[in-house]
Amino acid sequence: MKKILGYCDDWSAVQGGTVNFKVSTYGPDRYEAALVRVICGDDEPGHGLFQEEEIDAPFNGEHPGHLQPIDAGSYGVVPQSPAVDGLKSFTVQAWVFPTTPMKGEQGIITNWADDPATGFALMIDDTGSLAMRVGDGNGNVTDVSIGAPLAERRWYLVSGSYDSETKVIDVRQAPIESTLENLIAGDAQGSADNVAGAGIPLMFAAFPAVFPNGKPASTKHFNGKIDRPRLSAGAMSAEEISAAASNESPCEQNSNIVAAWDFSRGIGTDDIRDTGPNNLHGHTVNLPSRGCKGHNWTGNEQNWQQAPQEYGAIHFHDDDLYDAGWETDFDYVIPDDLRSGVYAVRLRAEDDEWYVTFFVRPKKGTTTAKLAFLVSTVTYMAYSNYHWLFHERFAEATESLWTTLEKTDVFLQEHNEIGLSTYDTHSDGSGVRFASRLRPILNMASKTPLWSFNADTHILGWLESQGIEFDVITDEDLHNEGASVLEPYNAVLTGTHPEYYTTPMLDGLRSYITGPGRLVYLGGNGFIWRCALSDKFPGVLELRRAEDGIRYRDEEPGEYYLELTGEYGGLWRRLGMPPQAVVGVGTIACGFDSSGYYRRTEDSFNPRAGFIFEGIEDDEIIGDFGLLGDGASGSEIDATDPMMGTPAHALVVASSEGHSENTLICPDEIGFHHAAMDGVQSPIIRADMTFFETPGGGAVFSVSSIAWAASLPHNGYDNNVARISENVVRRFLEDAPFTMPK
Amino acid sequence: MYEIDPSRTDLVEEFRNNPGGPFSRELTLVVNRLHVMPMADRHILVCTKRSREWVLAKMPTVRGAKMELYDDQVFDDYYKGVWEVFKRRWKTVTGQDVA
Repeated sequence: MKKILGYCDDWSAVQGGTVNFKVSTYGPDRYEAALVRVICGDDEPGHGLFQEEEIDAPFNGEHPGHLQPIDAGSYGVVPQSPAVDGLKSFTVQAWVFPTTPMKGEQGIITNWADDPATGFALMIDDTGSLAMRVGDGNGNVTDVSIGAPLAERRWYLVSGSYDSETKVIDVRQAPIESTLENLIAGDAQGSADNVAGAGIPLMFAAFPAVFPNGKPASTKHFNGKIDRPRLSAGAMSAEEISAAASNESPCEQNSNIVAAWDFSRGIGTDDIRDTGPNNLHGHTVNLPSRGCKGHNWTGNEQNWQQAPQEYGAIHFHDDDLYDAGWETDFDYVIPDDLRSGVYAVRLRAEDDEWYVTFFVRPKKGTTTAKLAFLVSTVTYMAYSNYHWLFHERFAEATESLWTTLEKTDVFLQEHNEIGLSTYDTHSDGSGVRFASRLRPILNMASKTPLWSFNADTHILGWLESQGIEFDVITDEDLHNEGASVLEPYNAVLTGTHPEYYTTPMLDGLRSYITGPGRLVYLGGNGFIWRCALSDKFPGVLELRRAEDGIRYRDEEPGEYYLELTGEYGGLWRRLGMPPQAVVGVGTIACGFDSSGYYRRTEDSFNPRAGFIFEGIEDDEIIGDFGLLGDGASGSEIDATDPMMGTPAHALVVASSEGHSENTLICPDEIGFHHAAMDGVQSPIIRADMTFFETPGGGAVFSVSSIAWAASLPHNGYDNNVARISENVVRRFLEDAPFTMPK
Repeated sequence: MYEIDPSRTDLVEEFRNNPGGPFSRELTLVVNRLHVMPMADRHILVCTKRSREWVLAKMPTVRGAKMELYDDQVFDDYYKGVWEVFKRRWKTVTGQDVA
């Protein structure tokens, strides 16, 4: 179905900068590329809103198509070394916690070449059992298997050894004893005349492979955790293996140890450190999870930084992906006269089309408008390649819909290598913590369902229709540069759903608001989750869904601390900065089958709020129309809460009503379920349209609804939702400061 | 778990006449039961032309497996597609065809 996809190496571009575009075709040998400015990406036939502007660019035109593979699956790699190649007798061991032992052959520690079959591999075989494979390079391959499947999610000390004198291969497994289960301990022996050194890098959690185009790859990925791998000269006894496994620094006690890797060193990086005498350091690939509970986790400490020796495991997944690593098809140097805005490279191949979206900001230190549209690129990353709708059994019941997939969803289903979103679980059931933009993102484009990016284009289309000029700034720009990137602007406008915030982003936004800055929060469910970005891994977001919240999947207990920054993860609500304390409102409920409307409150007649309702009748119902649920208050909605920090002087100028039975209170807002948690019965489910001034002369206006922006286009943008939005934006762009009420 | 009574043809008729809802309390239970059936058994729709064409499909049991599209079940009306999904899921869950 999908015949063309692409991505670019950076989403935030500046005049004079270069963006590199990477394209893969699935069948076609040619494709057309064209640069467009995205004005509104909603292409629903009945809406009449789709709009883009074609822009001249050197790359416009025909290009040769080619298939670019992706090597997904995380693993560790240690460069080839004579210390490994020269071993005649050896023992390889590790603590392992397999999560999918029955999923076919999986490499644990491998130094294996296929052609000719050479080296060794401590592995899980196709019966789910621990096994050791050896090859002599002359066509002789020997597998020795324990012959009984490993149990899922249980720790085992596993080892494989070869004695070049006796020719004996010995495989052992010893589970950490359980008080409730009979876990199998055992050993098995075989023989081989010789094991030849493979002369290639050593790998953790995979075997090496090669793509048809000759590009190196990996295969037979291990799902699960590996802790304290060791490689020793000589065939060690069970006691020696156990001693090496227990000891954090085993080389001090046993001079036969060639390498003792300590995965607790380098958490938050891709470094693999060897504490042994040969410095066989390596690195991880595709961002497996680090700082994971090891075989020896006691539970006395929950923070990997306080007890790293108990967090020495790496959790590898066969569907991890950091950088798709595609070759560049063409690049684009942003011209100095290309206005700041939202752009895409439109790709067409046969009957298929795709958009590679990117954003152009003004040169640093310059602005070309008084309004900044803060693009939610970090939230887009969190949702990137979202599989939840067709992975989650209860998705239909949550959203009151019958699963209806797009062609892009079909591609995601059929191509595991494209990676997952932070809303998904890995194939072994563990939560996805990393989401990368260095790969095709199938839900950040024009002509996709109205959520996140494409829902935000309703705002772009509205701004264009009203002639309101704006610059584009991205979340990553705010993260990297802080408040200084916003301060030149009289006002900042958010998208429909600015949900994910790093600490620097939130600090920068709050600093802007408490200055003379004005924030128009034209969405809902904003400022909810702490996440992390890191210079060590550009283009990647990390998320730990600690404790509660609408979280789609649970976070592993004991692993609530982010590895990239060491911060405690989870909701900003639980981290001392709830959204109510930033923008006056925080999420109260979600409902996706229908939306409500707003009714003016007594506060709306306060002279401080007069500008908001210019042209609006006193008893006018606001937003009983819209493209998302036929109302402006819906999807995910926010409300005030003084206990959570809504400023005392905030005005709630309108509140919503008319919500459905399927609109339900968020789990983080309720301590115990009860029979009145829905939009019909609950007295607290509503969206609070809120306004307050700040001491620095600024102000904040919140509509508290994701669905609001989908009501902007109604009746040719001539409606009270658009009117209120424009009233606020125009006043916020005026230089005259706001004053705090007495 | 709620068990659908296959003799409740009145609920089938209610759905057929109003597949977009709102539903009676009893039909809501039926619809929710079909919504939470195992993923691997579900018939779903794939939108092949935005708001113009949908094709019946079956969710694969394995991640990465090819999606099975029913080329002879193509709809130009979304709720005709939903009706087909309802009938197929009813059959899967109750073992009986919709009367």
